[in-house]
Amino acid sequence: MMSLLEIRGLSVALPLPSGALHAVRDVDLTLDRGQSIGIVGESGSGKSMTALALMRLLPRGARSTASRLEFDGIDLGALEDSAFAREIAGPRIGMIFQEPMTSLNPVYTIGRQMTEAAVSRGLLSTSVARKKALHLLDRVGIPDPQMRLGQFPHQMSGGQRQRVMIAMTLMLDPELLIADEPTTALDVTVQAQILDLLDDLRRERDMALILISHDLAVVAERTDTVAVMYGGEMIEWGIADDVLHAPAHPYTQALLHAIPQVGATPSRLAAIPGTVPSLMRAPKGCVFAPRCEHRREDCVASRPPLRAGMRDHAWRCMLKAPPQTSREMEPLHGHGAAEDADIVLAARDITQVFTTRKALFAPKRDITALKGVSLELHRGETLALIGESGSGKSTLARILLGLAQPTSGKVTMLGRPIVELSPIERASFVQPVFQDPYSSLNPRRRLSEIIARPLWLRGDRNAATRDAAVAEAMDLVRLPKRLLHAFPSQLSGGQRQRVAIARALVTRPRALVCDEPTSALDVSVQAQILNLIDDLRAGMGLTCLIITHDMAVVHQVADRVAVMLEGRIVEEGPARRVLTAPESDYTRRLVAAAPRFEANFLQPEVAQ
Amino acid sequence: MSDTEITFAIVEADSEPEALTPGQVFRRRMASHTGFLIGAGLIAVIALVAIFAPLLAPHDPFQQSLSTRMLPPVWSEGGTWDHLLGTDQNGRDYLSRLIYGTRVSITIGLGAATIGLLIGVTLGVLAGYFGGWIDHMVSFLLTAQLALPGLLLAMALVFIIGPSIWVVIGIIGVLHWTYYLVVTRSATQRIRSLDFVAAATASGAGPRQIIWHEVLPNLASQIIVIFTFELGIAILAEASLSFLGVGIQPPTPSWGLMIAEGKQAMFYRPWLVVLPGICLFLLVIGANLMGDGLRDVTTPEGRNG
Repeated sequence: MMSLLEIRGLSVALPLPSGALHAVRDVDLTLDRGQSIGIVGESGSGKSMTALALMRLLPRGARSTASRLEFDGIDLGALEDSAFAREIAGPRIGMIFQEPMTSLNPVYTIGRQMTEAAVSRGLLSTSVARKKALHLLDRVGIPDPQMRLGQFPHQMSGGQRQRVMIAMTLMLDPELLIADEPTTALDVTVQAQILDLLDDLRRERDMALILISHDLAVVAERTDTVAVMYGGEMIEWGIADDVLHAPAHPYTQALLHAIPQVGATPSRLAAIPGTVPSLMRAPKGCVFAPRCEHRREDCVASRPPLRAGMRDHAWRCMLKAPPQTSREMEPLHGHGAAEDADIVLAARDITQVFTTRKALFAPKRDITALKGVSLELHRGETLALIGESGSGKSTLARILLGLAQPTSGKVTMLGRPIVELSPIERASFVQPVFQDPYSSLNPRRRLSEIIARPLWLRGDRNAATRDAAVAEAMDLVRLPKRLLHAFPSQLSGGQRQRVAIARALVTRPRALVCDEPTSALDVSVQAQILNLIDDLRAGMGLTCLIITHDMAVVHQVADRVAVMLEGRIVEEGPARRVLTAPESDYTRRLVAAAPRFEANFLQPEVAQ
Repeated sequence: MSDTEITFAIVEADSEPEALTPGQVFRRRMASHTGFLIGAGLIAVIALVAIFAPLLAPHDPFQQSLSTRMLPPVWSEGGTWDHLLGTDQNGRDYLSRLIYGTRVSITIGLGAATIGLLIGVTLGVLAGYFGGWIDHMVSFLLTAQLALPGLLLAMALVFIIGPSIWVVIGIIGVLHWTYYLVVTRSATQRIRSLDFVAAATASGAGPRQIIWHEVLPNLASQIIVIFTFELGIAILAEASLSFLGVGIQPPTPSWGLMIAEGKQAMFYRPWLVVLPGICLFLLVIGANLMGDGLRDVTTPEGRNG
């Protein structure tokens, strides 16, 4: 039987000021009707570029070449751009993107956007298109579709918008749907629903599906096959179950080990050292060799051969047999608070009301972000504050840091009310680490200045002692000395987050408030940062408040957990108890959404 | 742990050979931007002419000679090599007057653009950083300024205060700060919401320290771009004022004034108007090309550039 999609030797090169970046190299892909494939990889692995090259949506100047590019027997390589846009993109291949906030046009109604493509192509009459849109909105789980058709995108939540996007692509009944990180911008509970919906739709319509994601565990549960990309190459592919439970490539194994999991005793994560490379020139050997723990000399000499396992499982590796993964569990270094530890940071009955008005003379509207929240942080413990977007957890963090004043309620630091402290006293007490390492460092300052700044503000005018403190802080977060005079733009995301932690620690504060410290990072780098936080807890007895939406991260680092929903704390207790026997329904849903799989792999079978 | 440390070091040493500092990236982009190079070259040449005017000018620009009035340039019939670009109504050497004219234009351009910068950036940063009623007040000032007929107001002010080069600089500067304000206000609003400003606040920094240390360095490139554009605008404003007789006063050589003086003889001695016009065009297009180039060089990758 002829496959629906066949790609052979796809390569993409992006022009940069310093030369061509080989974003995708020599990728093969075959997909049958009704089949689904997950393409998985960290940022910079080329997974999105592969899809964009197929849809001809590459950034300006990028070149893509393929020895074969066939869709249902049509040679896509020979097709004009205009013919491609008319006949393929839309009616035959549909695509949905990561950001539901920006992929819908804010000035048109949902109904108009959904029917426009079909009507303007002359495929459907306006009334038929409208009926179809109604039906599809109903199918993707939008309540009251009749009313929704007349609404604008801003009147819907992120999850609903993503559903609308899916319905919109289905208007033209594509035979292939490409979903590029469709759930990354959404909350975990919504993520599961959207992925299930995509899977159901695929089965229902016998549609092929390419699901692109950074999360191997999430994808593998929902697709037939999985391809793992690294550094622009496909390094392992096969039936999802095989790749997830018997990974053969050292990278896939390392990646699965780096993911924190709910269940079992938390232990140190096996972080992959280094960062994902950006490939300015094609490496001679294996792309993963510089970070591989099984590296041998021949790994860098020539491209690794294709190894075949059972049932279409294949990988590229020098090792004849996949490396054995007998990893002994190293316990966490950090330990929780002593029984009678004093309270470092406490919030009592915090209520925060934001007043907005839509226009100058419009009536005021009150939004209550926090409704009487109380929280205590004991010396040496790590408290995880979890909840979905909009639950008020970041607002609470800003109040605890003294960056915002609550409408009512009191924050105390070691028993002293925060309003009585000067900014400098407060700063030496509690420090923040933010989510986005790209906006938390001033791009115009060198690392040495960024890390030393809190000292200078404190009144430390002695350059020598400042330099010594900076060196010590950089040591603490394992940043190499040679980066001392670098600018943030020269660092990777993980390194930037280390700088942010170093800046927070340089004044030796009692407590850290980390707002989603790893959610903007790749899995392998997240593991490095979580291990670092564990080390700091052990070494400095640091008190941490970690805000996150990821239950697996909570399981990895927290002693105690507080769950927030709509401005209230709905559950609080020891991490083990909350994760294994949650009391509230909401916590139960959050726990259920966390990825679960066995990290002790089966040995993959090697075909002879 | 020690094993991973070692691998880490190896990986890092060979994985980032092309990470450049923002300054290096900036210089590389400038060197490969043709428009910027042409503009900067023009400005550099004109600036050198202004600085070395006494050495370059063949004659005294103020020396009148009634016997050699309105000589045509050397390539026209009746031109002499002694006066390459001819002479004006009072027999003064036109080339020397054009050369000295660069001094007036450049002084006024730089001076007025700097005054505008000080006013506009101060208001813009304050409005963007503090918001609230300060922002409302500054926005009102902006609206009021944009509603004023600039040239008319400038004429009136010069008429009241009395014309001199410093008055002209001051007045043009005071009337040209709106671009600075609009751009710095919105850029400050954006920067203010970034996490590094929150981090500075959490480290105990006050508004003054945040504005100087965190906000202004990130505005620098935008301010430089507007400065070059305003340079061109101020030079043209001076020429307009001088042409109308309320700018630079005779006998000081100013291109705008020279055009005004040549106006009566425009139809039979066209070079009197065309030559200063060409000079103005070259200087202003140089400034604009440089501004365009700087904008291209500084903005493409936004905050990482």
